[in-house]
Amino acid sequence: MSGRIRLNWGFLFFFLPVALWLLLLIVLPHAELLRLSFTSSRPGGFTLQNYMAFFSEPIYWLTFVRTAFYSVIVTFLVMVIALPVAFYITKVARVRAGGFLMVLILVPFWVSELIRVYGWIILLRESGVINRLFTSIGLFSQPIEMLYNDVTMIMGLVYTSMLFMVVPIVGVMDALDDSLIEAAYDLGASKTAIWRTIIIPHCMPGMVSGGIIVFMLVLGSYLTPNLMGGKNSLWFTEQIYNQIILYFNWNQGAAFGFLLLLLSSLIIWIALKVTGQNLGEVVK
Amino acid sequence: MPFALSVHGLTKKFGNFTAVENISFDVEDGKFFSILGPSGCGKTTLLRMIAGFYRQDGGTILFNGEDMSSVPPNRRPVNLVFQNLALFPMMNVFENVAFGLRRRGEKGSGVARKVNDMLERVGLPDSGEKQISQLSGGQKQRIAIARCLVLDPAVLLLDEPLGALDAKLREHMKVELKTLQANVGTTFVYITHDQSEAMVMSDTVAVMNKGTFEQTGSPQELYHRPRSSFVAQFVGNNNRFLIVPSRDDGGAPAGLYAGRFSFILDDACRSLQDGIPCEMFVRPEAMVIEPGSDTPGFNRMPVQVRAVLFDGGNSRLLVIPEGTEDEIVVMLPQTGLYDHIRAGDRIMVGWDPGISLCFAGNGGKPYDER
Amino acid sequence: MIRSLPSSRRYRWSFNLFIGAYFVLLFAPLVVTMILAFNDSMYPSLPWEGFTLDWFFGSGPEKFGIFNDQANLRSLAFSFRVALTVACLSTILGTCAAFLFEQENFRFKGALYFLMIAPLVIPGVILGISILMFANTVGIFIEDLTGVYVKSLVPGFWLVVLGQSSFISTIVALVVSARLKKFDRSLEEAAYNLGANRAEVLRYVTLPYLRPSILGGAAVAFLMSFENFNTTIFTVGSQATLPINMYMQVRDGSTPVINAISFLLITGTSIFAVANLYLGKKKED
Repeated sequence: MSGRIRLNWGFLFFFLPVALWLLLLIVLPHAELLRLSFTSSRPGGFTLQNYMAFFSEPIYWLTFVRTAFYSVIVTFLVMVIALPVAFYITKVARVRAGGFLMVLILVPFWVSELIRVYGWIILLRESGVINRLFTSIGLFSQPIEMLYNDVTMIMGLVYTSMLFMVVPIVGVMDALDDSLIEAAYDLGASKTAIWRTIIIPHCMPGMVSGGIIVFMLVLGSYLTPNLMGGKNSLWFTEQIYNQIILYFNWNQGAAFGFLLLLLSSLIIWIALKVTGQNLGEVVK
Repeated sequence: MPFALSVHGLTKKFGNFTAVENISFDVEDGKFFSILGPSGCGKTTLLRMIAGFYRQDGGTILFNGEDMSSVPPNRRPVNLVFQNLALFPMMNVFENVAFGLRRRGEKGSGVARKVNDMLERVGLPDSGEKQISQLSGGQKQRIAIARCLVLDPAVLLLDEPLGALDAKLREHMKVELKTLQANVGTTFVYITHDQSEAMVMSDTVAVMNKGTFEQTGSPQELYHRPRSSFVAQFVGNNNRFLIVPSRDDGGAPAGLYAGRFSFILDDACRSLQDGIPCEMFVRPEAMVIEPGSDTPGFNRMPVQVRAVLFDGGNSRLLVIPEGTEDEIVVMLPQTGLYDHIRAGDRIMVGWDPGISLCFAGNGGKPYDER
Repeated sequence: MIRSLPSSRRYRWSFNLFIGAYFVLLFAPLVVTMILAFNDSMYPSLPWEGFTLDWFFGSGPEKFGIFNDQANLRSLAFSFRVALTVACLSTILGTCAAFLFEQENFRFKGALYFLMIAPLVIPGVILGISILMFANTVGIFIEDLTGVYVKSLVPGFWLVVLGQSSFISTIVALVVSARLKKFDRSLEEAAYNLGANRAEVLRYVTLPYLRPSILGGAAVAFLMSFENFNTTIFTVGSQATLPINMYMQVRDGSTPVINAISFLLITGTSIFAVANLYLGKKKED
């Protein structure tokens, strides 16, 4: 609308706060993060030492690889579980019941991650509710420690991030016209064929945006791996925390942080390229 | 007495595309002026320049003789009824109508009196407390107009406000708008692509095409004396024949159609150059089915009936002149005289040459409403 | 398959079972946590020792309820202050951004938009450390230059607020944008045409239209701030927010007072969220 008469102070009124926010809280802090990661902690000059340490110390890069790998697995699991749930809410349940189920799904989302993890801890730990229940009815002969292992940690991560997948998929699935499924059925398609050719392709944008958000949340998660994972299931965010809060080695922490940022950007970029989506559309 | 609205040499370009090219016109105070044109002809651009939403690339706009070319839209003495009406859904009817008064700083009982007066005038008294969503299509229409008229504008612009209504209501609103305008006496400038709306309501109609006015005049003038091929086709229905002019033995103008029919032309076609193809128009209602042989000077042509299009008082025959591929529409009066005609029949049609029109040039593509 | 299509009994049963299990697992940890808040035991666990309200109102000597637990109450009050401030700040920033990207055209708009949505895909931990480091550098720089020690640049209230606002503003912007996208620009033009100026158009037409989404965005911002952990852990000073305070208690072992806090938070946020959802839906119509 090039011909529209423009009132310029109106533009500045909106532009200045946004520019300040993005410059002071996003751009400059990340530039500083990058600078510190290339600065040596003692004399203060330029160094690659912080990155060298990452590659020379197996515990660092092994944690890094493990974190990335598990994040992908969690994202995949969440997607596999969320699809039928979303399908049930939008297409199977009666319309009003679907709305009610949606509210039920949203409510735990608003409860702090810490409380959700705490709930699992009191359920699963050696002196926890499940062990007490099962030993008292004779199912277990003695309490079993179900916390502090990789499987429990993955379950916890799936649990805490599930909602960020269900919501976008429900959004796109709701927009899928029932008559498309009816038409496919009418033309003789089997259930698997309907899922493969109609439902999944239609839901792709929602799956990608949910996948990106879940992956990012899991990768950057701290509470769940820290509280539910064992001593051997170290998460990369814990390495960052240790460097900055425990060892007070900010430069090393900055390098780790930057590597994590690179990793998340890279995987998100690959996911977008493979599925042919773009970020602006995905976050809507 | 200056004109309510005067436009001189108005031009608007979007990049390389000229949407409005050097348009000038004057609207007398209290008149109903319509701008009629197909979509994409630039009429909305022209309207938005008059309202002030677009800045013109050249030309001036005067209201009551005062140059307002560079005045922002919120200070022009002109109000616009939007295509989608743009009633504020977050306010009730009263606040919608009072909106402009309040922006002028008017307060208290004066506002209430003016709003209620105006609601009464548009036939919706006591609807002030209603929400916009509670109104019917026709009521919304009237509130949108009331909201503008309460400000007593020099000119009221209407941008195809009947477009969203269903056919029956549209017929009704045409009459209603016309009487409303006559009652309030405000100058209306009405934009539409529907020639029937323009014809029924307007004192003056300007036919717009490709950014310029083709012809300005009363509805009757446009219908009976179109000055261009475009106007002849756009205003009312018309049959178009491509002919090659020549002279008959007496030197009177004649035309050869499809290489086989020779027509007598109206005397006004005398200026056409012999041998250069041109267009001839005959309206469907001017066509006579099976003209008696006792009408001398008539053009006659054998045709084959392709279809009988029954539509009550607007029934027509779709016919093909023999030996051609052209389709001609002939009015089919429902007098019982022609009930025997069936698709596939061969009949004669004819017309008085004095009623036909000719335009030089073959006009390129005929205007197509789709 | 779907409502209108037939499907076998077994398929329907197994699908219903799956959904049932899903919802049981979804709520089991929350429900158990809430129930154990009323257990008359020193540990947040079974066996059931009888009903008590001591973990809410107890005043010692061995059971201190939440309403007598100064450390937790202080962090709760701190979290409230932070969340209110973040809600205000990010609602302003987010609404400005929504207007900027929906209604204005300018050079580098695409790049700036990308920058605005970037915080959504940056892990919260990294937002936290980068803001911590940047604030520290700026603080040192200012102190070296002027000798003034800027207290709000060290970990504490303002750093927590800034760290959280950096990404919560984006969320508000997306919420407001979604509604602004559906806004019919001709309403604004109609208001201009009726004599309103830019400020009046905003005040009487655009903002009333956006009000449900702005309020909704502010509510979302409040809740997100209130429960944030990842960004806050790096920017917090000596006074912890509630999630961080609770984290330390959970990590080091605790009494059912954590369950009592959880009970209050779960019921509180549920009522808040359901009301927000309900009101939001009603306003949309």
